[in-house]
Amino acid sequence: MNRILLAGVAGGALMAAATMPAAADGHATDLTLCWAAWDPANALIELSKDFEAASGHTMNFEFVPWPNFADRMLNELNSGGQLCDLMIGDSQWIGGGAENGHYVKLNDFFDANGITMDDFIPATVTGYAEWPKGTPNYYALPAFGDVVGWTYRKDWFERPELQAEFQSTYGRPLDVPATLEELRDIATFFQGRDIDGTTVYGAAIYTERGSEGITMGVTNALYNYGFLYEDPDQPYVLDGFVNSAGAVAGLEFYKSLYDAGTPPGSSNWYMGENIDAYKSGQVALQMNFAFIWPGVEADPNVGGGKSGYFPNPAGPAGQFAQLGGQGISVVSYSDKQDAALEYIQWFAQPEIQAKWWELGGYSALKAVVEDPGFATSQPYAQTFLDSMAIVKDFWAEPAYADLLIAMQDRMHAYVIAGEGTAQEALDKLVEDWTEVFEDEGKL
Amino acid sequence: MTTSPIDRVARATPAAAARRIRGLSDRTIAWIFVAPSIFLLLAVNIFPLIWTIRLSFTDFRVNRPNNDMEWVGLRNYQRILTDDDVWQTMQATAHFLIWTILLQVLIGFFLAFLINKKFRGNDLWTTIIVFPMMLSPAVVGNFWTFLYQPQIGLFNYVVAFFTGADPAGFSMIGDVHLAPWAIVIADTWMWTPFVMLICLAGLRSIPDSIYEAAECDRASKLRQFFTITMPMVLPFLMLAVLFRGIENFKMFDLVVQLTGGGPGNTTTLTSIDLKREAFEKWRTGYSSAYAVILFVTVFGLASIYVKALNKVKDR
Repeated sequence: MNRILLAGVAGGALMAAATMPAAADGHATDLTLCWAAWDPANALIELSKDFEAASGHTMNFEFVPWPNFADRMLNELNSGGQLCDLMIGDSQWIGGGAENGHYVKLNDFFDANGITMDDFIPATVTGYAEWPKGTPNYYALPAFGDVVGWTYRKDWFERPELQAEFQSTYGRPLDVPATLEELRDIATFFQGRDIDGTTVYGAAIYTERGSEGITMGVTNALYNYGFLYEDPDQPYVLDGFVNSAGAVAGLEFYKSLYDAGTPPGSSNWYMGENIDAYKSGQVALQMNFAFIWPGVEADPNVGGGKSGYFPNPAGPAGQFAQLGGQGISVVSYSDKQDAALEYIQWFAQPEIQAKWWELGGYSALKAVVEDPGFATSQPYAQTFLDSMAIVKDFWAEPAYADLLIAMQDRMHAYVIAGEGTAQEALDKLVEDWTEVFEDEGKL
Repeated sequence: MTTSPIDRVARATPAAAARRIRGLSDRTIAWIFVAPSIFLLLAVNIFPLIWTIRLSFTDFRVNRPNNDMEWVGLRNYQRILTDDDVWQTMQATAHFLIWTILLQVLIGFFLAFLINKKFRGNDLWTTIIVFPMMLSPAVVGNFWTFLYQPQIGLFNYVVAFFTGADPAGFSMIGDVHLAPWAIVIADTWMWTPFVMLICLAGLRSIPDSIYEAAECDRASKLRQFFTITMPMVLPFLMLAVLFRGIENFKMFDLVVQLTGGGPGNTTTLTSIDLKREAFEKWRTGYSSAYAVILFVTVFGLASIYVKALNKVKDR
């Protein structure tokens, strides 16, 4: 028995030595990976133990809560800091990361190690890795696929008395909404309702002011009503696209959803607040990124079949959802780039990606998500696939922060504070964004 | 014969060193002592100020170190001073400043007046009252968000108890009309004790003999208050107003935690706006101009105020 065990260990060691050059060289390095502080980060710590065992390197982690993540990490990159060797930066940072020289270009490394972007979900390659968009210049490996979707209280939806009341009120069954209008009806239906002696509300949606919250929420309505970031034929031409009639209707829809179907006091809510509201039984619906779904399933109050999941419903102009997620990049200021590239090489392996999904990380590797068993592997897996097929992302320009802050200001002022009209808010957004692009020399 | 420590040090100084020191004038020795402080002041205060003024005339962005820095003259200043959003933040700051100072002075003086009376448990009450100012502003901002929660917040329930309103029917930090008051209330709760302490120091500095003389002259309590108490406490009050004014002009952490500057831009104070421009948008040149404008404003107002304060003290 001992001999078999010994042989197994020796075989494992040989395999590790063969795949991990650093282990063979014996150059053990302390690597620091920077990311947001959230559930997937804990899963990555678990996953990375395999890398430590195989490579001999030690992994350290610098996780920052989402509201401060961009501030903290962009400060680090802009100052040329060496805290992070690997950065799982937000998708919108890719332009700045590439143009300002923060990220190492990975094309040669990918070619040398047989890593091809054809193996990853196309939307994640465009969203997380490419700059300029649509060109084969890669500055990251898609690391965590994410998208805004909806979670709902299936157990409430299935109650006969609620079904009957909803049917008589709206003339259709209480079920997963096919359109945003239907979603608003459901939110309104649950607003202020007494369920098991507790007053509950319709939907927890993104309204946060300080970082990116309301933008990540309102875009799910804007896209589906016809909002476009620019003229598809003329880059950076915004007027008539950002503030089109459809975009105005989309913004008005989001405000009406906020006014009619959200909990009182939810004027500054983002991921964490929405999770809390949902898990504590305050709301029937929750808008949130897909990363929360494993946590919902595991929750004793709302998990275990009590919750269901659906992609962002369609609007008059189509069905789209806001892309989340991140790619993993090597920081150009790191003096441990070889070891960092080793990590990426290890992370890109199909078996590691499969384990990543098992631990709660959303792999973007086609081999994982196109596996016949994937869609049924978790209750939310099919919704994840459906949602990833309809994604759109915010600007990823180097000036994305200016663009984001302007949008946060204008959207919050209209949706939450009720200042002016939707048309005025979007017209002002066009002015703000135009000024940014003029400053950037792109107009 | 006794010898002082200075004599002992002088005798212990080696002859060579003593000769060198004897060759220095008092003025030189004075310079040697103050030089480190002056150097630090120049390095930490003056140089950054001059550098900020220089950057304010450029389009420099700290996150684009590879880009050429262009001289833009007064464009940054012109953009700031003609920007409606900037003026809106100025208005929000003015509202916050005026009301916090007014409430803190009134309540602080009233509390100091009460605490100044001799009663049992005086020390305990003083300690309890000053407790809020010992907390971190970020912590205060954070827990006031819970107090203001419409569904579970104590504040809403207290208001509902006295008015009969539905506690979930209003949101202090989500309503555009209430949010400016929400930050005023939280700041007043936190910093009134500071004003109270300063007023208390003023009240306790008034000699009892003045009141005794007034009593002999049969001056009423009201007359004593307006002719003795108020004039003698006024310099202390004005000092408290100066401190709170400067502090609240640069208020950041409490408000960011409480409202994030929202809803919309309703509670976006100038310091929050400046931080966004400087460290989120990375418009270094623009934000430098913004900082210079704020500096000149605060410095100018403070100078006028200090002159008035000195006049009151000299009376």
